[in-house]
Amino acid sequence: MSNIMDKVDGFSRKSVRKAKQKRSQSSSQFRSQGKPIELTPLPLLKDVSAQEQPELFLKKLQQCCAVFDFMDTLSDLKMKEYKRSTLNELVDYVTVSRGYLTEQAYPEVVKMVSYNIFRTLPPSDSNEFDPEEDEPTLEASWPHLQLVYEFFIRFLESQEFQPSIAKKYIDQKFVLQLLELFDSEDPRERDYLKTVLHRIYGKFLGLRAFIRKQINNIFLRFVYETEHFNGVAELLEILGSIINGFALPLKAEHKQFLVKVLIPLHTVRSLSLFHAQLAYCIVQFLEKDPALTEPVIGGLLKFWPKTCSQKEVMFLGELEEILDVIEPTQFVKIQDPLFKQISKCVSSPHFQVAERALYYWNNEYIMSLIEENSNVILPIMFTSLYRISKEHWNPAIVALVYNVLKAFMEMNSTLFDELTSTYKSDRQREKKKEKEREELWKRLEDLELKRSLQSDGIIPT
Amino acid sequence: MAGADSDDSLYPIAVLIDELRNEDVQLRLNSIKKLSTIALALGVERTRTELLPFLTDTIYDEDEVLLALAEQLGNFTMLVGGPEYVHCLLPPLESLATVEETVVRDKAVESLRKISHEHSPVDLEVHFEPLVKRLASGDWFTSRTSACGLFSVCYPRVSSTVKAEIRQHFRTLCSDDTPMVRRAAASKLGEFAKVLELEYVKSDIISLFTALASDEQDSVRLLAVEAGVSIATLLPQEDLEALVMPTLRQAAEDKSWRVRYMVADKFSDLQKAVGPEITKNDLVPAFQNLLKDCEAEVRAAAANKVKEFCENLPEDSRETIIMTHILPCVKELVSDTNQHVKSALASVIMGLSTILGKDNTIEHLLPLFLAQLKDECPEVRLNIISNLDCVNEVIGIRQLSQSLLPAIVELAEDAKWRVRLAIIEYMPLLAGQLGVEFFDEKLNSLCMAWLVDHVYAIREAATCNLMKLVEKFGAEWAQNTIVPKVLGMANDPNYLHRMTTLFCINALSEVCGQEITTKHMLPVVFKMSNDQVANVRFNVAKSLQKIGPVLDSNCLQTEVKPVLEKLASDQDIDVKYFAQEAISVLSLA
Repeated sequence: MSNIMDKVDGFSRKSVRKAKQKRSQSSSQFRSQGKPIELTPLPLLKDVSAQEQPELFLKKLQQCCAVFDFMDTLSDLKMKEYKRSTLNELVDYVTVSRGYLTEQAYPEVVKMVSYNIFRTLPPSDSNEFDPEEDEPTLEASWPHLQLVYEFFIRFLESQEFQPSIAKKYIDQKFVLQLLELFDSEDPRERDYLKTVLHRIYGKFLGLRAFIRKQINNIFLRFVYETEHFNGVAELLEILGSIINGFALPLKAEHKQFLVKVLIPLHTVRSLSLFHAQLAYCIVQFLEKDPALTEPVIGGLLKFWPKTCSQKEVMFLGELEEILDVIEPTQFVKIQDPLFKQISKCVSSPHFQVAERALYYWNNEYIMSLIEENSNVILPIMFTSLYRISKEHWNPAIVALVYNVLKAFMEMNSTLFDELTSTYKSDRQREKKKEKEREELWKRLEDLELKRSLQSDGIIPT
Repeated sequence: MAGADSDDSLYPIAVLIDELRNEDVQLRLNSIKKLSTIALALGVERTRTELLPFLTDTIYDEDEVLLALAEQLGNFTMLVGGPEYVHCLLPPLESLATVEETVVRDKAVESLRKISHEHSPVDLEVHFEPLVKRLASGDWFTSRTSACGLFSVCYPRVSSTVKAEIRQHFRTLCSDDTPMVRRAAASKLGEFAKVLELEYVKSDIISLFTALASDEQDSVRLLAVEAGVSIATLLPQEDLEALVMPTLRQAAEDKSWRVRYMVADKFSDLQKAVGPEITKNDLVPAFQNLLKDCEAEVRAAAANKVKEFCENLPEDSRETIIMTHILPCVKELVSDTNQHVKSALASVIMGLSTILGKDNTIEHLLPLFLAQLKDECPEVRLNIISNLDCVNEVIGIRQLSQSLLPAIVELAEDAKWRVRLAIIEYMPLLAGQLGVEFFDEKLNSLCMAWLVDHVYAIREAATCNLMKLVEKFGAEWAQNTIVPKVLGMANDPNYLHRMTTLFCINALSEVCGQEITTKHMLPVVFKMSNDQVANVRFNVAKSLQKIGPVLDSNCLQTEVKPVLEKLASDQDIDVKYFAQEAISVLSLA
């Protein structure tokens, strides 16, 4: 809800919301207000001759364009039931019939689907809808909507379906409206939409680039403008299989999508809701083109969570998935910044973060990479490990750290001994540097003070 | 300056740059935040030739650092040598304006807008305007988005050829194929229109406005609504009907509730912009529709504007319009199914009474107020109660007091402590309007009951409330009605209640004055210094410190001092601490 609501409300939303009766259903059918709808019952398709069927099919499609108000549970009961049974009949009809799909039927099908599914989604029930905690608001008109989706999918999958005719009606505008619907709070609807979009992407080659670009826009709006879009996981799932089909070498457009859209998706607060799908997409890209490893890991490090430990654990999980498929030549390129971050995670006071990072040492492939490069990695990790082995509050972490230290000792005992013996002097050197920095800044500030006294007004404050 | 110049050699740029490049983000951030100090140390010349190129080249950092940098550079004009060199700041800011992260970009644009005013007209054309053009034709949407915010600052001060180019660029961005850019353009359309010559507003802006207002994305269309309001203020009355009204009418009936919401939200501005005639003919029916909208969100936004809309209606027909067109809708909203709508209405409805006058208020509004006072939702009731002053002026509060009392009592006992807290905050206001008699009779007992509420925040608010009541009704009233009750609680078996006595004394001593404090309150405080609960004892120490200034010095020396000294040797460490603190603050050592 909007800011205005905050002013009006004045109280913590959750408690208020719990107290009032739960509105678990919602719908926004702006056009469906007003007078009752009358539909004249038509005979069943199976009851008329084969020649009459196409004509009757069209009539039934036209009837199903009537949209009912489901928020009013009492209105038009008879007609609602009639439309439901007609839709059911249509679903069966497109599944089993042959020769029904005349050229005139295409615009009518698309029109019927558009009339039913395209609508402005209702406002979210709560200001901060938390999909992990709150119940989603379900679409009230689902009894009809489900059948319309079902019908449309059967239509797209029908053997008689010809994309070359349909593309006149299933165009960019249609797709754009379809994509907007992915914001629906109702998970059942998003599931159907996923299948619909998948089929359209598969059958309409001319729409593919457009679909990808619009998904880009949705994600960018999600990341940089609203942080709110319910269908991110579903869209990513579709993208996962799209990426899988990309031809090599990857086009610049696809690489840009990875770096400028997928990576920034990690910054969003609700990452947990689509992280699995996102990580899958990222790994797909890296399997296609290992040379992308460096920008990907660089991006993850740039957006590394600063305050949210759960997200940090997710990042560590994704990083491990990436390391599982990394090529040794790529590993060498990113090991330095990567292990600086891991060293920070290992010393995190949040034990789940520390534990997740330390689990890397149970991964054989990662271990072998570390071993090959122990001369670089050991010096980076050593300070943190040494310190935690003495200081960490959680005994399980201390135990894990001991194992890691032991592993390092076995890998490269000369370097290990050297680092142990210089540990103290290194710390002292660091402290000295720290002191020098403080002095530098102090001198700089004195200078500023002096100057501002000398020539008042020169320094903007 | 000579002396300072010799200091510069102490700070080789390398050292400073090392600081800006430090591995630790926090240290980098600290250094960037003190960038002006570094620039000062380097002097204007080296800032221009060494520091700025470095900053321009190394713009790849964490967004937080970039944000700080973008902000700093907006204040850097003097540090690079004043307005004649200000264009040196453009390259780093240009890069920052293309960054992905919105806050960084916005800050860079803000800084660019700021320093644009420091450019001479020549520099604006030679340096600034080309930058805007580059951004406007950038590959990635971020730079084009940033460009949208820069057109209006350079337009007024450039030659007419350049002006034509700027208009062309803006036009292009309004039909950009990324919705992000169109949104940015739509949100700056109003601002840009303001700096354009009227002929171009009519020829260029109107067509852009119409196109954006019928964009395929509702997020673009809704931004056009606000632009429409700004544009309407620029046009002469006779052009409004033909140029903007068709589009605005269409927005008020848009199929997306977000757009209709926006129209409702901007309704008062719109009304002022289009003037009385159009308001009468067009806005009144549009407003009625918004109040009856199928989406609660829209109704609530419109309900919020009811008072303002009515207030700004042309005087000659105000009453007729309200009575025949608006009030019937308002009546329906009183029993709306959505609590936010009712609540929004309740926060403004009382304001109608001043507009409609005494008779209409009693006949038409009063029944609505009373209905809302009985609403099931506490916020609705609270919003009515918090606006009682408007009605008080018109019909006097007595008309309402019969219904008011049950409503107040119910809110005072609401299960949610935040509701109780809200009603306590209106108590002093209510007391003022209802008068001391009514208060003593009906409300006093409520105020005392809150003192023993089981939620601390309520007890605290109740204490503060007592102080405000005493400010209104005077010390004598306090002594007769509330002080005895407050002091009685000092013997309560619950230590929390005993402490409440102390908190009340803290709040009341000053308003009650020296006599009451010394005579009645102080003995109780002293007695409580022997309390068996340490928390009570250290609060005694704190209370004595608090009320000390009200007491005379003799009393302090002979009575307060011994008590505090005794507490200072208490076995509890906290009691000791607060006793010592009180002794030193009251200078009794």
